[in-house]
Amino acid sequence: MNSLPWQLLFLPLVVAVINQLALRRGPIAPWLSTASAIATLVISLRLLGQSGTFNIDWATIGDFSIQIGIKLDQLSTGMMTVVTGVGALVHIFSLSYMKDDAAKNRYFTGLSLFMFSMTGIVLSSNFIMTFIFWELVGLSSYLLIGHWYEKNSAADAAKKAFLCNRVGDFGFMIGILMLWGITGTLAFDEMKVPAEISAGVLSAAVLCIFCGAVGKSAQLPLHVWLPDAMEGPTPVSALIHAATMVAAGVYMLFRLQLSLGFEVFEGLQASAVIAWTGGITALVAALMAVQQDDIKRVLAYSTLSQLGYMVMAVGLVSGEAGMFHLFTHAWFKALLFLGSGAVIHACHHEQNIWKMGGLLKKMPLTGITFFLGFAALIAVPFTSGFFSKELILHAAHEKQPALFWIAATVAVLTPFYMTRFFIVAFLGKPRSENSDHAHEVGPLMLLPLILLSVLAVGAGYGFAHKLAPAVPEHAGEFHVNFLFWVSVTALVVGAGFALLLYTGKDKDPLSVPVLKNRFYIDGLYDNFIVRYFQDGLAAIVHFFDELIINGLLVGGISRSAVSVGNLFRKVQSGQLQGYAFAIGIGAALVVYFTVFF
Amino acid sequence: MLPILVFLPIAAFIAILLGSPARFTAIAASVANLALGIWAAATWQNECWNFSLPVLEKPALNLAFGMPDGMSAVMILLSVIVTLAAVLTTKAPAGSERLHYGSSLLISAGALGAFASTDLFFFYAFHELALIPTFIMIGLFGRGDRREAAWKITIYLGVGSIVLLAGLLWLSSLTGTLDMNKMIAAAGTIDATAQKGIAALLLIGFGTLVSLFPFHSWAAPAYASAPAPVAMLHAGVLKKFGLYGLLRLAIPLLPDGLQAWLTPLLVLLLGNILWVGLVTISQKRLDGMLGNSSVMHMGYIFLAIAALIAMPSNPLAKPAAVLLMFAHGISIALLFGLADRIERSTGSLDFTDLGGLAKSAPSLAFLFGIGAMASIGLPGLANFAGEVLVFLSTFHNYNGTAGLSPLQITCILAIWGVVISAVYMLRAYRRVFHGPSVKATESAADLTITDRIPALLLILSLLAVGLYPNLLLNLLK
Repeated sequence: MNSLPWQLLFLPLVVAVINQLALRRGPIAPWLSTASAIATLVISLRLLGQSGTFNIDWATIGDFSIQIGIKLDQLSTGMMTVVTGVGALVHIFSLSYMKDDAAKNRYFTGLSLFMFSMTGIVLSSNFIMTFIFWELVGLSSYLLIGHWYEKNSAADAAKKAFLCNRVGDFGFMIGILMLWGITGTLAFDEMKVPAEISAGVLSAAVLCIFCGAVGKSAQLPLHVWLPDAMEGPTPVSALIHAATMVAAGVYMLFRLQLSLGFEVFEGLQASAVIAWTGGITALVAALMAVQQDDIKRVLAYSTLSQLGYMVMAVGLVSGEAGMFHLFTHAWFKALLFLGSGAVIHACHHEQNIWKMGGLLKKMPLTGITFFLGFAALIAVPFTSGFFSKELILHAAHEKQPALFWIAATVAVLTPFYMTRFFIVAFLGKPRSENSDHAHEVGPLMLLPLILLSVLAVGAGYGFAHKLAPAVPEHAGEFHVNFLFWVSVTALVVGAGFALLLYTGKDKDPLSVPVLKNRFYIDGLYDNFIVRYFQDGLAAIVHFFDELIINGLLVGGISRSAVSVGNLFRKVQSGQLQGYAFAIGIGAALVVYFTVFF
Repeated sequence: MLPILVFLPIAAFIAILLGSPARFTAIAASVANLALGIWAAATWQNECWNFSLPVLEKPALNLAFGMPDGMSAVMILLSVIVTLAAVLTTKAPAGSERLHYGSSLLISAGALGAFASTDLFFFYAFHELALIPTFIMIGLFGRGDRREAAWKITIYLGVGSIVLLAGLLWLSSLTGTLDMNKMIAAAGTIDATAQKGIAALLLIGFGTLVSLFPFHSWAAPAYASAPAPVAMLHAGVLKKFGLYGLLRLAIPLLPDGLQAWLTPLLVLLLGNILWVGLVTISQKRLDGMLGNSSVMHMGYIFLAIAALIAMPSNPLAKPAAVLLMFAHGISIALLFGLADRIERSTGSLDFTDLGGLAKSAPSLAFLFGIGAMASIGLPGLANFAGEVLVFLSTFHNYNGTAGLSPLQITCILAIWGVVISAVYMLRAYRRVFHGPSVKATESAADLTITDRIPALLLILSLLAVGLYPNLLLNLLK
């Protein structure tokens, strides 16, 4: 058996354990983690093109067995290059970014744990294993978002992320159980839908599984955790909350379609729900991004919106297009996050774009690489983002015109909010001392930026297709047709409006409270669902628990027993007698009944 | 060989009473028992473990020990692990060492005796033996409202035990023997009406001992009040007696009787998971939260028992239940042990008094975090394997063509408990360990090396079974 994939899976775990047990102090842990991330990248590249499934029994009862296994195919090996590629660069970037953090060893241990968990999701050969690593990814995300746990906001964000994911996983687990019943197996290799299964049952199972993706890929209505997750260190946002973990939902859905066969999903009601969830998320998140002032939050909402694109593509049973967008998006979004990390680093932890300005002059290399990522995100022709977004628009155009126009609207909004962001932060004059004093970051941070900007531009072309988890037909081709004109118009309109509105402005000329407050969804959750519904219900249940069960029925007896006990105590001095008496009677009864009854 | 395992703690208890140094004797006996227990579990099929000594001729009463299947072996393993951890965790106030260590040893002996007995009288009597020191320790050394808590648990478990006794006597009078193995061999001879009556008595009797809703309200106050080692031993080990009894006796002997009570049982176990889950969310203190959470998690084991009742041929349900019993026992003992450390180092378990403890006590935060994660079913720790097998067991006969059975609908509702337990556990962790430091936690002491040993022992057990569940499942073949 090929041991390379197992090394790929377990190397980061071994490193995390060594870091935690032996290297909690001292300077070695960050370097060890980084070395292991680079090693996994090398292994991933060597695994490209291999295929096969390797299983070991993990929990066996009679004929039934839950297995831990590795499935290699184009999808998993391609996804591994994304995970380990972004992972390795983020590790290198973090060496410099987290240099002065008191708990940097804990941070790198968390990164290694994340790499292990994410690898597990990608290589998994069955649904229980996916679920196992799904949860572990949730844990590592919790630990890394809460890295600065002394801050209330970070601690709350970590908890929120975990709980939103758990809500999704509630459905995911039910879906796995139903699918296990329907197909009789948990393994991706063996899954088939028998003919006698009704479309309704299958739809229900698929939708339950989709819940898991809604949580992890932060789709409406569980999207609220992702913007808050920006409380974590910025490289974490780049790796986990932009490129890899949040894409796991899309990956898992595509894996499901691949195992059951695409034809099963054509015309299935569940597919329509998935597509619309994605489309609406793309639109709503793009609208929210328009009014954000925090550099990372703009990017977070843009991530939500792009994930919506991918989910929509999967729902339209054009998962290849979604996966291809996942592939290109990983590079340019990681670039944008790391770029904003460099900016935050240079501006002494200033995150408000209105207090930046003129950064292109102050830090030209960062600025140029950021510009390239920006160009890819807004889908400037001939960048990677352009190619992958065209494929999604193409799928929508063919299968669902309403969604196509939603997607096209998003294609207007994206250049609008990103151009706003770029003009305000990078052009014009510095608007605060922090941005005035900004200077270029060091080579350890520039190297990942430069490499990522190469991929942000080039990942759409044929030479990069070998690395991708899925390459749709016509990927990387260029046609001047209706779709092209829609895209270019969208780009020009969006970017043009932003240029007109924001050039030379010192504060936001637009103010749309609904968008600024993110459609009041967060407030609704915190105040209504959590405070009144969940906690209120809990308090009511608690009250009745005390009152009925506790207070009237048995509490009364025990209270009268306390008074009996008091009596005994008075009579015989010492409460021990009270217990001894009760127990003595009990014991006598036991003996009497057992022996003489 | 099993009598040694059972009577070693009693011998150590007597030695302590006679003046041998309490902590040393207790630790030595527990370490010896741990070794013996592991050996017993690994080789449970070996004849050498069986033992029988006639006590009375009429009625035929034998002091008989044996491990009829892997379930006893796993329960014995659980007992010896938690016993050692509980003894190591004990910090007795000067002057009462004998009582503290002695009571732990007695509880341990009682639990081991109950799990190892193959005679109904001793099966029952050993459990009662273990309850006595539990009551006394809560009454004498408990926190807060200790007298009310002690009385409540005494009355509840006393009444529960009597109901149980009635059921067991009925059972033995119908089968004409006290030998549990002979009884089980006579399964099928009990008529359906009697089965129904006995099943009700056993469900209520055993159920009360396991804090089945709505007979649960003794548990949380008792655990919140009890000294840490007593809470660890009772919640971790002794409470499993009720589940063990149902699986050992009720399931093989009363298939028809239990079937009649399936629907009420499904409702009650949802009471444990959802009702008590919500009660747990609204707790304001860590000890109350942990006590209620342990009640809540019993619901999942009852779910496996319900799966076994609904489909007696279900191969997954029993191993799943046993695995989860083991996992829950270890994890709740870990959490009670560490909660005690939190109280010792900060002086409080009230959420409003705490915050930012991770800063001053990182080891405590790390170890408690593992316990918290185990309890909310994080993969890699044993509880997840147990829970996922329980869920799978309820869907064992589902094939997508027929609708969902009541059992499966119950399972779906029960899975919501996974969200509920994450809510209360992460909230508690957030309030105790995260956020800025407060007065109580600023200069709180971290765990010393000796403090960490019992926690590490428990964590290693959780990890071993969690990373490779076959380790335990192989014992159950």
